[in-house]
This record gives sequence, C-alpha cells and structure tokens, in this order.
Amino acid sequence: MATETYSRGLHRWSILLAFCTLLLVVAGGLVTSRDAGLSVPDWPLSYGKLMPKMEGGILYEHGHRMIATTVGMFTIVSLVWIFRVERRRWMRTLAVVALLAVILQGVLGGLTVLYLLPWWISSSHATLAQFFFSTTVSIALFTSRGWLAGPSIVPEDSDNPLRGLSLAAPICVLVQLFLGAAVRHKALGAIYHICGAPLVTAVVLWVSMRILLHYARNRELRTAAVALITITLVQVFLGIAAFMTRIAYADAVQPMPLMVTFTVLHVAVGALTLAASIVLAILVRRNLGERVTMPELSADAVSA
Amino acid sequence: MSKWELKPRSLATVFLPFALVLAGCGGGSAPAPQTKAALPEGHVDPATAGTISGRILFQGTAPVMPLIDMSSNPSCERQHKAQAKAETVVVNPNGTLRYAYVRIKEGLAPAHWTPPAESVKLTQDGCIYEPHVVGLMVDQTLEILNDDPVNHNVHAESQINPAWNISEAPRDEHKFRKFSSEEILFPMTCSVHPWMRSLIAVSSHPFFAVTGEDGTFSLTGVPPGTYTIEVIQEKLGRKEGKVTLAASGTATLDFTYGN
Repeated sequence: MATETYSRGLHRWSILLAFCTLLLVVAGGLVTSRDAGLSVPDWPLSYGKLMPKMEGGILYEHGHRMIATTVGMFTIVSLVWIFRVERRRWMRTLAVVALLAVILQGVLGGLTVLYLLPWWISSSHATLAQFFFSTTVSIALFTSRGWLAGPSIVPEDSDNPLRGLSLAAPICVLVQLFLGAAVRHKALGAIYHICGAPLVTAVVLWVSMRILLHYARNRELRTAAVALITITLVQVFLGIAAFMTRIAYADAVQPMPLMVTFTVLHVAVGALTLAASIVLAILVRRNLGERVTMPELSADAVSA
Repeated sequence: MSKWELKPRSLATVFLPFALVLAGCGGGSAPAPQTKAALPEGHVDPATAGTISGRILFQGTAPVMPLIDMSSNPSCERQHKAQAKAETVVVNPNGTLRYAYVRIKEGLAPAHWTPPAESVKLTQDGCIYEPHVVGLMVDQTLEILNDDPVNHNVHAESQINPAWNISEAPRDEHKFRKFSSEEILFPMTCSVHPWMRSLIAVSSHPFFAVTGEDGTFSLTGVPPGTYTIEVIQEKLGRKEGKVTLAASGTATLDFTYGN
C-alpha cells in the first residue's frame, strides 16, 4: 500500500548521491593504495590553500577531499529535499543520520591526517565510508517507485526462517570490511581478512540460497539474493587478485598500477557487498509475513 | 502506515549493529619514549683512543634494483638523465655495499655523549632523498632541504621518538628537527612521491658510520675495550662481530653479505 507520493526528482538525486559516494570510496581507496594519505600534512586546508598544485600524491589526497566536500554538499541537499517532500518521519531521521555520518566521516578523515594515520582512526574512516555508502543506497531504495508501491508479502517458513538470518550477512560483511581496513592500515596481518573471507562468503551463500530455494516467488527477494551472490563472488575474485598482486610486487619501491587497480576495486566492491546485504536485510523485513508451518505455507502457495 | 513499512525501530535494528561496531573502535598507544637516566658525561682520552675500521663486502650476484617510475610527476622525471633506481641494495664496483649502517652496539661504558653542533643534512634532490641512510646523534640537528621545484612532505615514521609529518614547498626554508631518544633506522618518507624513502639512525653515542662508495667504515676516537659491532643493511639484515681495541690501537673487522 502506497503511503507516500513518488518523487522522481528526489529518487534520481538519491541515486546520484549514492553513485558519487561510491566514487568517493574509490577515491579514498586510491589514497591508501597510492600511499598518499599524508601527502597533504595539514587539514582542513591543503598546504594552507583551498587548491594546492595537484601533483603526485597530492592529486589523490586533495582530490579525495574535493569529492568528499561535494558528497557532503549533496547530502545536505538530500536532507533539505527530504524534509520538504517526505511525510515519513523515519525517512527524515535517516536523512539526518546520513548527514551526521558524512560529517563524522570528514572529521575522522581530518583526524587521521593530523595524527599521522593511527590505524584505528583510519580503519574507522574506511569502515564508516562503506556504511555511509549503504545509507545512501538505502535512501535511494526508500524513495524508489517500487518501494512506495508497497511490499509483496510472503509468509516466513518456520522450517526455513529468514528474518534473523538475513541480519547475519550485513553484520559479517561489516566485520570483514573492518578487518580488511585494519589490514590495509597495517594493524593486522592479511591472514585475519583472508580467513574471514570464506566464512562471510558462506553466510552470504546461506542467506541467498535460502531465499532462492524457499522464497524465490517474491521478486524483490529473489533479485536481491541474486545480486548479493553475484557481487560477493566478484568480490572474492578481486580479493584473491589483490592479494596475489601484492605478493608479486612485494619488492616494488612504489605502488604498482595493477596492485592499485585490484585493491581499489576490491574496496569498491566491498562497499557494494555491504550495501547489497543491507538492502537484502531491509527487503526481508519488508516482505516477510507471519511465520507459518509448512502445511500452512503450502496452502498459501496453492492459493497464490 | 502499513505494518510492512519500515519504522524507526526497524531501521535501528538494521543500522545499529554497524554503529556499535564503529563506536567500539579505539584504543592503541604509541611506544613510550625512552627516558634518559642521569649518566656521566661521555669522554674520550685522545692519548688512548683508537680506530675500528673495516669493509662491508657483498659476495654473489648483485641484485637488480627496480627502476623508479616518476612519470606521474614530470617535474621529478626531468631532473634525471637516466631513469633512477631504488637504493635498497647498492653494490659498489669493488664488491662492497653502500648505505650499510655500522655502529658499536655493546661495550661502551654507560654515558651521555654531547652531540656535535653541526647539523646533518638530508636533501630532497630530483625527488630522491640524499643520502639514502642518515646517521646522527640524539639531540643533533637534522637539516632538511628541498632542492626540488615541487612540494614534498617529510614524514618521520619513528616509533620511539614522536613521529611527525611536515610540508616543504619548493626551495622552502630549511627545516630543522631533533630526536631525543636513540632509535636505529626508521623510515623517512614522502607521500607525494611514494618511492621516496630514506632511513634515519639516531645514536646515543658518536661511534657509528654509514658506508659510502668504497664500502668502508671507520669509527674513530674509540676508547680501548672489547666491543660488539653491528651492521644493518635494510634489505639484507643485521650482522654482528666482536672486536678488541688496544689503547691507541687499530682494529679491523670485515662483514660479508651474500646471496
């Protein structure tokens, strides 16, 4: 049941914000992979200026700051837009959460420069970036025509419960992303992130396969599950490629392009994995009905 | 509101775990600086002081150093007639190693040694640090020069001494820094040009050397005694040797690395 009027402009703006945030994640990944994190020693200005000469690592670090500023501005526009057209109070709350997250993200970015990249600030900055991206994707989802058209309820099969399981995927992915960030910022050995990968992949496959085997008649859940599986498998491949190039270039005196490419793609697809798992969890909560036993489910399925 | 629409509580259920995980991040601490004990002033009697010298040899096939790709920064690239190479392992034509750091590790009586008044220079020239390995004493001044037409940042990645990161604009005023604790070999890096890396050794006494184009070292004005001499090569590792120095004497000790 629709409770809100669809705003094409707000939805498209939300998609643009999510896209720009993904670009920002890529730019941030480039800063770390190019070892450019401290190429601009001061903050919030860069070499005491708004626009330093864009050379070497400064191109990546100051470029990242410029994209971040743009995303911050876009988030403010989103907030104002949502407050003007949205009647759903929780959407307004989410818009405020998004703005607070992007402000906190900027502060963490500045602090990690001023305190010379302490791992816990850098890793929190990296993880919050992924979380913020998921927030923007969620806003795009909530403003979509499909969302406003209302849910398509399927009963929860008591033999194959999904509600709790669907939360396990984003939590595992987030922990794995934090481990990855800690590896990148030299707080942990790569072994922790590598050992986490099969566990997270197993949880993702478990959730997705349960949907495809038992809830596939719901188009939203089916699409989200297929998307999550696909993105996760691409992510696993990128992780292996990033690790192998890192070994191959262990003696390099500077970041090598192939290693940078695979690593940054791994970071970006990591953000997509988290967003896909959160969207899946949201859609499960939206579309799942009361829990029923198998005979009841069969009767429902026949009548459907 | 439909019962299937998301409520604030539902949103919190989805997002709160992530917020909690992020909020839980924290902790960690930098290594505490070494404290200076009240020590007698270091003194050398010129009448009995001697010299410990030697060579740092390399046997086998010299490793091929990777070329540095400066194409991302033409201002750096233009300053080199040929493509610059990494200086991780530099084997001299006479089969010795350049940029090995040699010091007395053990054997000196505990003392506080006064650092020389002269500064030790670290130059950024052609987007390369010169020299690649720098030795200086605790509280001696490190003078950092930028001879390049580009911005550099200078990041001391020290663990015992407080780390710092400063910018140095083209032909900027020289920067001066001191280190208050002994710390042997930590990197000095530039994030603008990620290939730029030098190693800094801060010694509590004056008996150290960095090998040059002839691969030799000479520790002069050393009091007589038995010492452990340590050599550190950033890629090939550490070696130690014992030597006894007679009054007004000389002692020789060679070290050999190889592959």
